[in-house]
Amino acid sequence: MPISEEIIVRSELRWAAISVGVVSVIMIALIYAGLVHHINPPSNIERIDPKTLHLGGEFTEANLGTRVSGDGQVTSRIVATQFTFQPRCVVLPANRRVTLRFATPDVIHGILVSGTNVNTMIVPGYVSQVHTVFTRTGDLLMPCHEYCGLGHSEMSATVRVVPPDEFKPDAEGRVACDAR
Amino acid sequence: MLVTHARQLTFAHLWLAFLAFAVALVLGVWQMWARSPLPAPFVTASTYFSAVTAHGTAMAYVMPVFMIMGFGYYVAETALDRPLPAPRWAWSAFALGLAGALMATVTIFSGRAAVLFTFYPPLTASVFFYLGLVMVVAASWIWCVLMMVAMAQWKRANPGRPVPLAMFATVANAVMWLWTTIGVAAELLFQVIPAALGLKAQLDVGLSRTLFSWTLHAIVYFWLIPSYIAFYTMVPQAAGGRLYSDTMGRLTFILFLIYSLPVGLHHLLMDPQQSNAFKFLQVALTALVSVPTLLTVFTIGASLEIAGRLRGGRGLLGWIGALPWDRPLVLATGLAFLMLGFGGFGGLVNMSYGMNAMVHNTSWVTAHFHLIFGGTVVIMYFAIAYAIWPAVTGRAAPSLAAQRLQLWLWFAGMLVMTLPWHYLGLLGQWRRVATFNYADPIIAGWGPWVVVSLIGGVILLGSGLLFVLNLLQFNVSREPHAAAPGELYASAVHPPARVPAALNGFRLWNALVLVLMILAYGYPIAQFFVGDSPQALVHRVDERR
Ligand code: HEM
Ligand SMILES: [Cu+2]
Ligand SMILES: [Cu+2]
Repeated sequence: MPISEEIIVRSELRWAAISVGVVSVIMIALIYAGLVHHINPPSNIERIDPKTLHLGGEFTEANLGTRVSGDGQVTSRIVATQFTFQPRCVVLPANRRVTLRFATPDVIHGILVSGTNVNTMIVPGYVSQVHTVFTRTGDLLMPCHEYCGLGHSEMSATVRVVPPDEFKPDAEGRVACDAR
Repeated sequence: MLVTHARQLTFAHLWLAFLAFAVALVLGVWQMWARSPLPAPFVTASTYFSAVTAHGTAMAYVMPVFMIMGFGYYVAETALDRPLPAPRWAWSAFALGLAGALMATVTIFSGRAAVLFTFYPPLTASVFFYLGLVMVVAASWIWCVLMMVAMAQWKRANPGRPVPLAMFATVANAVMWLWTTIGVAAELLFQVIPAALGLKAQLDVGLSRTLFSWTLHAIVYFWLIPSYIAFYTMVPQAAGGRLYSDTMGRLTFILFLIYSLPVGLHHLLMDPQQSNAFKFLQVALTALVSVPTLLTVFTIGASLEIAGRLRGGRGLLGWIGALPWDRPLVLATGLAFLMLGFGGFGGLVNMSYGMNAMVHNTSWVTAHFHLIFGGTVVIMYFAIAYAIWPAVTGRAAPSLAAQRLQLWLWFAGMLVMTLPWHYLGLLGQWRRVATFNYADPIIAGWGPWVVVSLIGGVILLGSGLLFVLNLLQFNVSREPHAAAPGELYASAVHPPARVPAALNGFRLWNALVLVLMILAYGYPIAQFFVGDSPQALVHRVDERR
């Protein structure tokens, strides 16, 4: 063979250095994108007992849906359960920072909101929290995207994004789909 | 050397793998049909999810496990040139795995295990489904031990000599698989099976997801390594060249062993039970796992260049045209690299901390692993089978043209199926759904793309059946096979006379894996044992209503 061992070793080392370089550049780009665009996966690690979810606290029926707190923060609380969401429709304002909070009393579910970056798993035992700003108005699909049993394909909800001036909380700060 | 035992073992294991594969292909096409706007027969939630469970279990567990075991027995005898140790154990493992696969299959088709191949608790199937899986994994553990024993015996008989690369890589995969299966085995034995037996009414879902993630990434490399063994040891020979660097091959397989394990949390990026710190650490390690693949592309490219130039290829790229593309192994490698190129780009998106939110649990993910696993990996499984079948059956291949046609069809079908499937994921189509409501205005636009995917699936089914037919053709072939089985393997440009102990065994690397796993998974698992970690009630899917 005409190629000497030394040349082979040198070319391999050069390539290894290039590989590590490329991978490092990609890593840095990912870190940068994550920091600049504030893209943070739902990692809040908030425990909640799935068996007593509905009995008291944040996820009782009266607390579900969209609510604007005294300081103007918009939060939607949604329970995912085999095979529906409670409520099945939530209203949220466009161009404003909103928080979605999910919990489940039964099995693993997950959601995405079509056409947006909103995406999280919903794991029994934990509250999943996502912050986002919706830029497009209209009815968006929010399907369950993790297999949760035979009714999984039909499990879906609607996120109704309305222009800020049509987003009118009632005296208690609530906004509901059918109230509009 | 290929004595009767390894010959029959390889024959039996590969046939079992490919039968499971053929059945699963039919289910795959039907699933795609059910998800399309065209009316499909037999579709109910129960039949669809039972089918996806069977398809996923066959393709992710049964087919690769038996393929890898069968190929491993072949390598152990032909690369080491000595008889397999303890063939009786190998046959017992085969029987155990076969019984397990049958048990799981019967349970799935009786409608008592619609939990998909990932079986996320607290959904709980009939215990026979899980026991079947455990038996398949236990069979593979026996194989792992046999591979390690075979290598140890060879080293004792050949002190100081480097273990042949094909066997070194096979044992690397066996060692990695033992580490890989610890996660899912712990989940099954301590959580899922007690729940399925009714001994446990509730379990910790955060813990079970974390344990499963331990297995979920490294299993991908378990599937992949046979293809890489073919790239390093068989392809340069088939192309008429030499392996550019034996040392790089060893390093690549060692890097796979090390970096495919402490990265599983990247499957939980969208999960609420793990913190950003550990997600981030494991994403960083995930980026490193692309290094061995980049090294492989270079080394195999250089090896093929040597072959092309020996065959008279000139100029910067002239050697590519001079390669013997009519040989199935060379053709499959070219097609596999093309699919790896497409798929590698998709993998970058999945891995990215931010973009993952766009594609998590959409069809993008399903399309991605069909392209890499079903495409790059499986096309090399075909090529490996074609390459070793003459030695296994003792007959020469009846028609290389039929083999080439089959490989081209697989490549074409894979692109036609997965490219629109990726696109659907970007549009927001989510995965694991039996039927879509095409009356919805957002969903209506997806229809044509799903139909194109379905056409790709039909092409793949045709290719898969042609593959089975091509193997059967060996049985009617009259022409005996002459070449010795060991001639399949390439020697290096500079075959090493000696290698450092670190590159000739795994002791050091096992210690390193242990340290990395404690760092990467120690706290993420330990957190479930601190304070009262919430428990979820078991939800059975196997009760008759
Ligand atoms: C004719 C070719 C194939 C077709 C048409 C096909 C189609 C499908 C479909 C429609 C699904 C269900 C996706 C969902 O419900 O979201 C699926 C799942 C799956 N496929 Fe295939 N497939 C094919 C070949 C393969 C091959 C060759 C492999 C691997 C070797 C494979 C591995 C898997 C796995 C592991 C799953 C489980 C995914 C899950 O549970 O979400 N498939 N396939
Ligand atoms: Cu669901
Ligand atoms: Cu992974």
